[in-house]
Amino acid sequence: MDRKEVIIRLPRILVTYGFRNLTLLLAISILTFVLVMASPVDPVGQYILGLGTAVSPEQRIEIEEYWGVNEPPVERYIHWMTELSRGNLGESVLYRRPVAAIIRERFFNSLALMICAWILSGGAGFFFGCIMGMYREQLPDRFLKKLCYLLSSVPTFWLGLVFLLVFSVWLKWFPVGFSSPIGVLKDNVTIWERLHHLVLPAFTLSFMSFANIALHTRQKLVDVLNSDYVLFARARGEGKWTILWRHGLRNILFPALTLQFSSFAELFGGSVMAENVFSYPGLGSAAAAAGLNSDVPLLLGVTLFSALFVAVGNMLANLLYGIVDPQI
Amino acid sequence: MEQKRETLLEIHGLSVSFRMYDHGLEQTDLQVISDLYLTVYPGEIVAVAGSSGSGKSLLASAVLGLLPDNATVCGHLYYRGQELTPGRQKQLRGTQIALVPQSVTYLDPLMKVGAQADGHRRPLPTARRKGFFKRLGLPDQTEQLYPFQLSGGMARRVLVSTALLTGAGLVIADEPTPGMSLEQALEALRMFREMADQKKAVILITHDIDLAFEFADRVAVFYAGTTVETAPAWDFKQGPGRLRHPYSQALWRALPQNGFEPVEGFQPYAGDLPEGCLFSPRCPRKTEQCIRAVPPVRQIRGGEVRCFYGA
Repeated sequence: MDRKEVIIRLPRILVTYGFRNLTLLLAISILTFVLVMASPVDPVGQYILGLGTAVSPEQRIEIEEYWGVNEPPVERYIHWMTELSRGNLGESVLYRRPVAAIIRERFFNSLALMICAWILSGGAGFFFGCIMGMYREQLPDRFLKKLCYLLSSVPTFWLGLVFLLVFSVWLKWFPVGFSSPIGVLKDNVTIWERLHHLVLPAFTLSFMSFANIALHTRQKLVDVLNSDYVLFARARGEGKWTILWRHGLRNILFPALTLQFSSFAELFGGSVMAENVFSYPGLGSAAAAAGLNSDVPLLLGVTLFSALFVAVGNMLANLLYGIVDPQI
Repeated sequence: MEQKRETLLEIHGLSVSFRMYDHGLEQTDLQVISDLYLTVYPGEIVAVAGSSGSGKSLLASAVLGLLPDNATVCGHLYYRGQELTPGRQKQLRGTQIALVPQSVTYLDPLMKVGAQADGHRRPLPTARRKGFFKRLGLPDQTEQLYPFQLSGGMARRVLVSTALLTGAGLVIADEPTPGMSLEQALEALRMFREMADQKKAVILITHDIDLAFEFADRVAVFYAGTTVETAPAWDFKQGPGRLRHPYSQALWRALPQNGFEPVEGFQPYAGDLPEGCLFSPRCPRKTEQCIRAVPPVRQIRGGEVRCFYGA
């Protein structure tokens, strides 16, 4: 009955969220535009640098004229927006290719990485969180809790370096970097080789949110186990694991799901670090490269795209919550 | 001499205290139940009456062995003549001793009421449960509802049926009737009575003293975590002259239909219990002796009283 209602209301909900996300993206586009304007980055200079030839001052003025650098900011912004709405994100100064194409290609690399890390951290975090909750204040809990505190205070890139050192350099189990073997044509790379390259970055990335999810799950489970309804379940003769199965999982699943979906933003931030450490050609390393090389079109494109990505993640979390939880 | 009757539940000298952190790392023990006694015979409904904080609800947790970890329990509990050890309590929970908890918060908020009342034991008693729901006036679709969709009275009727479904020998019902209409409450109590008639027993923890006097066989009056008197319910209907303890008499007089007369003072806080008789600071008949020593339990006219002067 309730579920049917949700499905009927779904189009309206989607429109509401879509509108909200659109305004959010608009706000972000204005903010990034202003920030780039205020930054000391000289896009024309970078463009000329990318051409690789010397340019006379007259030519430079012509180029500025062509790009419309001297127009008022509002006009420039509107110009950018109209092009954007046509799907034209401009051309990367660094790679000399359309930004949209770069984002598309890089995004799938990143997506593979993030999904692996997301499932790993979510699954392992939830599992160990449950273990900690069930054995609260006992040995397994105390040990795992310390491990979680340690993990959450260690920076991702450092952990990545340690993993590289141990598993790639010493044990030689995994490659040192990139998403495919060096010297092999793109079409000849097998899925196993890709996965092999994915393991270490995915692990590194998952360790970032693992501790967070495990500790949250633990706390939530402890709250549930201290609740009146668990006391009553015990009074009715339910054993420890029956309680976890019947009441525990049911009541910690929703908070865990929200946390899991809202970790998209964190994951995206972490992927910048992880991808750089492992020289993994994803969106994160593109963002870093764009920032370091003053590649304005690419930087703007990646910023907007990641905002969209995170917003969609949060929207999915909200929708899922509404469908699964009868009280919302 | 009367032959010793077989008991269902015996509680002797039960004390429960909680270890609390007072200032920083300083620990104090908070004595919430002191030297409590209660005997329940097969076939009877025993009402437990007393003001809030008199340890009524904790009694249920103590019998079921569900007190939190920081609680210390002293004294002896027997179920059908066998001592209730933690292992035994675990065995009996939900099979021989069932609880009717106080409020809707004791239901899993995310589980439909029907599935919840059926419980975890197979085979599911769905058909019998539907019968109980019907008898207690719960509409058919109630089983499809979540606890947050229930009214207080509906939730309590669901909770009552969970206990009756177990077929337990002893049901401890903690405030089962508030929120129910009079007919529903009477029906619930009739169901308890039918249960008791099968050589089982019900402990009815309640604020609703009138209902307790009407339906219970005996009434136990709790004060500050101890039993001050147990008496046949009939004595309470007769009036203070039939009662043995000054507190029970004061309780009777405080009822709206009996004069609405309050007693001076208030029930002592668990961390600040008086020496000697716990009621002595408020007692009109106290003497030196009451302040110095805890009075023993005495048998008087088919009841028990913890007072030097009760008669």
